[in-house]
Formats: sequence, structure tokens, C-alpha cells
Amino acid sequence: MNVRLILPAVALGTLALSGCVSNDTVADGAIDVSSTSDGCKLTATTVPSGSVVFNVTNDGDDVTEFYLLADDGLRIITEVENIGPGLSRELVAQVPPGDYLTSCKPGMVGDGIQAAFTVTDSGAEVGPTGEVGEQLQAASDQYLLYVRDQVTTLVTKTDAFAAAYLAGDDAAAADMYADTRVHWERIEPVAEAFGDLDPSMDLREADLSQNEAWTGWHHIEKDLFPPAEGYELTQGERQGLADRLVADTAELDRRVSAEDFQVDAFQIGNGAKELLDEVASGKITGEEEAWSHTDLWDFQANLDGAYVAFGVLRPVVEQSDPDLAAELESRFDAVQTLLLEQGSVDAGFTYYDDLTEGQIQELARAVDALGEPLSRLTAAAVL
Amino acid sequence: MTDMTGQEETKAKEAAAATSGRPADAVAGQSAQILADAVAGDGAEVRVDAAGDDAAKESGVSRRTIFGVTGVAVGAAAVASAGGFAVGRATAPTVTTASYEFRGSHQSGIVTSQQDRMHFAAYDVTTSSRDELIALLRRWSQAAATLMAGSEIGAGAAGGNYAAPPDDTGEALDLPASKLTITFGFGPTLFEKDGTDRFGIASMRPEQLIDLPKFAGDTLDPKFVGGDLCIQACADDPTVAVHAIRNLSRIAFGAAAIKWSQLGFGRTSSTTSDQVTPRNFMGFKDGTHNLRAEETALVNKWLWSEPADGEAWMAGGSYLVARRIRILAEIWDRTSLSEQEALVGRTKGSGAPLSGGKEFTPTDFDRAGNNGEPLVAPDSHIAIAHPDHNAGSMMLRRGYNFTDGADDLGRLDAGLFFLAYVRDPRTQFVPIQERMSSADIMTVEYLRTTGSALFAVPPGIPLGAALGGTDGAFIGQSLFA
Repeated sequence: MNVRLILPAVALGTLALSGCVSNDTVADGAIDVSSTSDGCKLTATTVPSGSVVFNVTNDGDDVTEFYLLADDGLRIITEVENIGPGLSRELVAQVPPGDYLTSCKPGMVGDGIQAAFTVTDSGAEVGPTGEVGEQLQAASDQYLLYVRDQVTTLVTKTDAFAAAYLAGDDAAAADMYADTRVHWERIEPVAEAFGDLDPSMDLREADLSQNEAWTGWHHIEKDLFPPAEGYELTQGERQGLADRLVADTAELDRRVSAEDFQVDAFQIGNGAKELLDEVASGKITGEEEAWSHTDLWDFQANLDGAYVAFGVLRPVVEQSDPDLAAELESRFDAVQTLLLEQGSVDAGFTYYDDLTEGQIQELARAVDALGEPLSRLTAAAVL
Repeated sequence: MTDMTGQEETKAKEAAAATSGRPADAVAGQSAQILADAVAGDGAEVRVDAAGDDAAKESGVSRRTIFGVTGVAVGAAAVASAGGFAVGRATAPTVTTASYEFRGSHQSGIVTSQQDRMHFAAYDVTTSSRDELIALLRRWSQAAATLMAGSEIGAGAAGGNYAAPPDDTGEALDLPASKLTITFGFGPTLFEKDGTDRFGIASMRPEQLIDLPKFAGDTLDPKFVGGDLCIQACADDPTVAVHAIRNLSRIAFGAAAIKWSQLGFGRTSSTTSDQVTPRNFMGFKDGTHNLRAEETALVNKWLWSEPADGEAWMAGGSYLVARRIRILAEIWDRTSLSEQEALVGRTKGSGAPLSGGKEFTPTDFDRAGNNGEPLVAPDSHIAIAHPDHNAGSMMLRRGYNFTDGADDLGRLDAGLFFLAYVRDPRTQFVPIQERMSSADIMTVEYLRTTGSALFAVPPGIPLGAALGGTDGAFIGQSLFA
């Protein structure tokens, strides 16, 4: 079954690929690298082309880094940073034949301790590097457009929601609640990166510590969808919550619209994983929307956001790990198929408390089945 | 109080056993005198039980008949001292026959070298009679001494009146004492519940025994919260620990009933310096900076209540924080190694802090990486929890991994049963937990606390005190004086 997922408004242009790094093979022997205050010792300085493994140990007293550089000494083929004294880190790279430089950089300053490193032609096919950087930049650009687009819509819908809420039109506000939050949930990891906005806008009652002020969506939710024993805020309290939510949303918009705002490929990949974590820990358990029970709207929105993240990274992943790309596509499809049985953002979903235990379990299993390969997306895209 | 903690004595004896390099049975059979000497050398009381000895009577029938034919010097409960243990002959080299003495200035199971298994139970007191409560504590104290000695309750599991049910439930027959310790605690609701002074002790509730506040992210399940009384049973054999709780609960019927309980497998802390740091369910070494029994000055400062702390009856006691912390294991497992290490602040393999070195190398929170940010992030778990960032506060953690099967979604209901002993929870636990609940990303994102309780753990019963009957010594006696 071919399921249509909501894609970003921007076109994900097809990128011409000439090749890409891969990490699906493992070298027979690893090269041990010992970095000291005045040395950078390798157990081998000539290796056959293909997958090369460096076990870098910091035997010095300063924090160190290790680089494999092109023979111009400038272009970084691969690197590992921030190795504390006494610690080791493994580094795997796909390296084509050629002359290179290795460099340890104890103290993380200067050009480091460089030495020649030779990769002979093993006959194994190793794609040229260099294109990946451009592809990842394109992914960042596309994802950023998506984020800005969602936040723009979020601002518009939040303003309308707040207006209805303050006008006392609870039915209209309740109706707009889930649909508005969809735009927040699609890009939530980006908002979370601003440490102050997420708790101000999206804290659940369970997340509160004793005597902590409760602001944001979920406090309004409890007021609009009161529990059986009743819950009602005064107009003054409503005003305070609505004003703050509108202001926070405007601030979010200002920050993601800033010219220097960027989301790199690493953040995109991790963001996709975090969106599925959100589904797995909050939505599938019904904890997120404890009063409105509109968890499936959030679920769909998280899934949308994760799929977009996968989409922008896909050109890279299809080269580095085509099996993973295919698996992700099929797992996304499986979750979306199940979710469609419960509705859509446009038509509305089944409320969480109307789902059967069997349906919840089936959704949870599909989410876990997607979450596992999705957790490998970042490594496949960025390595 | 003796000059040294029971743990120090124990350690000396364990060292004697360890240095012999032989299996436990060989140590027991051939090195008994060495052990006795080691104990004597520590200045501890050494007592070799003989038939007719009072303690032997209290200990009832040994579960392991082999003891009966063993030489007196290495017989059951041969060496009894404050927190000390006896080594019996083991039929299999891997079986722990060692036992700890129930009596001592502090209760056992606190600084005691942490055992591998635990059964914890919280109880509701179901009687409203002060006398019945006291009678329960007296029965429990006597039974605890018996169980810890590796003996059968009453007339045993396969003896006694043929027309009556056996006194002992029997599943621990043939099992050695397995280093069992039994530790009793009193919850806030024992002193006062719904405004009622139930047992005439409300005025003696220590100010340290607070009602724990709600922490951010607490998703408490009422079935794992609070309790009037608690028993922590720890042993190296799970059956022995469960047997203890089962039999103590049976003894309690009519006076107290289990409110909730927790099984723990696999310790997640070390309480003595010679123990290897174990790993929690997140796969990381836990409790590297735990308070250790040998650190006498720190133990006295951070663990044991003093008369000046407010309530004289608690002198020599401590406070036990119990928290059932579920780990969102499936989600944690999908987190990259780099993120896991960054969240914890240590390497997963060796447990070294990310600022460098080995497991026990002090963390350098100022050492920066190439972006100028500290290698150990300020919001990493070790940065949040480190004593240096909490006014030097330390606690003695004594937690266990747990798994209670799976939830309705097919995910492991697993995590850490956090147990920590402190002298004052208000300063040594609450502020740290508040910081962790709000700022420690690992805690916020991957942990859910589902159970919570605080107990006052009274001091021990003096060595040599008679137990049982109508006037035997019992835990918490001075509270009811």
C-alpha cells in the first residue's frame, strides 16, 4: 500500500549524486593511534583502500583530537574530537587510494603533529568524498524551510486559538486545539533546542515540580477539556496563559527566522529520532494529551516531522546505506497505514481513550519497529 | 558504639578469605582459625557458639543439617560480632554460607557490603493498638535474627505438630544464610495519619522524616508510594531474601499487611571499597562516588543520626529514601553512544569521566573541549549529582536493578530501585533530586519515577540483648519507651 505522507511545502529537489562515503564494511585490522604531548604514533602508516579503523588513545595529559587530512593538509577527511586524557575513541572511515596526512592535536591548538599516511589501491570500490558535504548542506536548507513554514502557520493558528479562548468561545477553541498543535509537534525538537521555550509552552502537569508555575498549551487544555471533577480558570488566568503562549510562539518564530539560525544534518537526524521517542514515550501512552485525548494528532505530527527529516537526508542515506533507506521507507509506511485507520489531521482522529488496548499495542509495536532503524539515521547520514 | 564500623570488621574477614585464594569451603574448613584471628585482631567480640548457648537457641533449627556435624569452631553462627559474619562449610564452592549478626549499634543492611539480591516490602499497620504494634516489632526482631543466622522459624518447615501448618514456609531449606540482612524502617504515617496520632508517638516524629515533595516528572503510581513500615531484605540468594519477607509478612498478619513490594536483582551500588562498581540498566557503572563503609569520617557525617539531630531515639539510625525509577529502556537503547556518554558524563566502557583518566579519576568539570564547552557538560548526570555541586552532600546508595515483566505495550517494566541512606533527607536528597528532575537531561528524558517513600531507620539492638518473649529487645524500642 502506498501511503502519502505530508511532505514539506518546499520541493525536495533530486540531487545528482556521484558517490558517497559508506560505513558498511569493517577493516581487517585497526590502526592504533597513540597521541601524546609531543607524539602521534600509528601502528601502520600504509593501508589498503576501503574501510579504515583508527583506535585513537590519548596517552597525553591534554585533551586531544585526531584528523585524517587530504595531502593539502587542509581538507578534513574524517576527525575525532575532544578525547580526554586516558580515553580512547574509535574512528571508522571509507578512504580511497591516495596520499594523506594524519594529525594529532594535543591541546586542540595549532596544526597538530602531522605525518604522511598512504592508502594503496586494494581494488575495492570506494566512492569519492566531497559531495556529501554539499548534500548535507542541501538537506539543512530544505529542513530549515520546512521548520520556518510550520512555525509561520503555528503563529497564525495560535493567534486565532487564543482569540477564541479569550472570547469565551470554548467550543471553537477546543476544536482548534489539536489542529494548531500539529504544527508545533512537527518541529518540536527544534523548539526544544531553545531550552526556555519548550517548558514554557509545552509542560505537562506531571512534569511540574512542587509550586512550579504552569504555563503553555496543556494548562489551557485542562481548562478547555476539564476532568470529571471539574476545573475552571478565571478570565484573568486565561488572559495570562493566552498572552504568554502567543508571546512565546512569536518568539519562536523570531528565533527560527533569524538569518544565522541553522539546523545541521546531525540535528535533523537526531530530531527525527527524538520525534519518534516522543511518540513512544508520550503519545502512545496517552500521557501527552491527558485531558483532550488528542494524542493521535500529535502522533501524526511527530511522524510527519520525522518523515520530512528522513526525506531531506535520504539522498545521502541511499548512498551510504541503501538497505536502511528502504527499511525506513517501509516502516514509515507501516505506521502511517495503521494511523490512517484512526483518521487524519484534516478529518480528525479517534480520541486516545476510545482506542482499544489491542489498537494501542499494535501502534506501539509499529512505532518501536520504526524507532529502531530510525535511530541509525544520523550515523548513516553524517558518518 | 565500637571503635570501627561492622563493615570494617567484615572487610578484614573477607580479605582473609579472599587472600587464601581458595574456594569458600576450603576457607571455611581450613582457615576458620585465621578468620577468627582476623576478627579478634580487629578487637571485635568473638563468640564461638556451643550447644545450649543463648544465641543458638534464638537461632532455632539450622536450615542446613551439615552444620550439625561440622566442628564447633566453624559451626553455624560460629563468629558473631557487630555486623560480623560466620563462615560455615559450603557444599558447593560458590555458595555463600556467611551470615551477619542482626544485632549491633546500627542495623545491618546499610553499610554492609552490598549483596546481589533484594526483596523490599512496605507495610500498612492494620492494628490500632500500640501494644500489638510493639508485639509485632518484637516478633519481627526475633525472627530477623533467626532468619539472618540461616535458621528455620519456630519449629521449622518440616517439624512441629503434625496436625498444624509448619512454622517456617520451607523454601529456603538447604540454603545457607547467604549474607541475609534485614533492615526495618518507620514511615511518616506510622507517627501520624490523616491527623491522627495512631500510636502515641506523633510528637517523636523526627523533623528529618518529611513528606517528600512532588518532583518534576514524578509519575507516581499509588501502589508504589509510602508505607507505615518497611523491611529491606538483602541476600546473595534471591530465594533467601524472598523467604525472609514472606515469613515476616506471615508473622505480621493481623498487625500489618504488605502495601507494596519490590524485587531487585543485581546491585547497582558498591558500599565497600573492595566491591567492583556494578552497572545499572542503562549499561553504565553506577555509584562510582558512593559513600563507602570504610570512609568512617564521611559515614559519621553523612549517614548516622546523632542525638543533636533532634530525636534521641534515632541516634545511630538513618533515613532511607526508596524510589522506584523506571527506565524507558527501549528509547534509551536507541540513543547514540556519543549522546549516552554525554548525558551521563562518563564513558560507557571504563566509566572514566569524559574529562579523562580512569573510573575513579576525579572529574575535571572545567576542562574544555575544542568548542570551549566543558568535556563533562554542566547538565550531564554526574555534573548535576556530584557532591561538589551539592554542598558536599553524599548519600549511601544501595539500589538494585528490577524488572517487573512487561507493560501493556510490550515494553520492559524495568529500571532502578533506588535506595539511599542519609542522615538528613532535607539537605542530602531533596535538593539534589530537585536539580536532577529539572536539569539532568538523562533523568528528564529517559527516567520515570513511579514509586516513592521515605522511612526512618532506627538504630540497632545492642549486641547480646535477649530477643523475643514478652520483654525481648526490638527495633525502635526507645521510640516506645
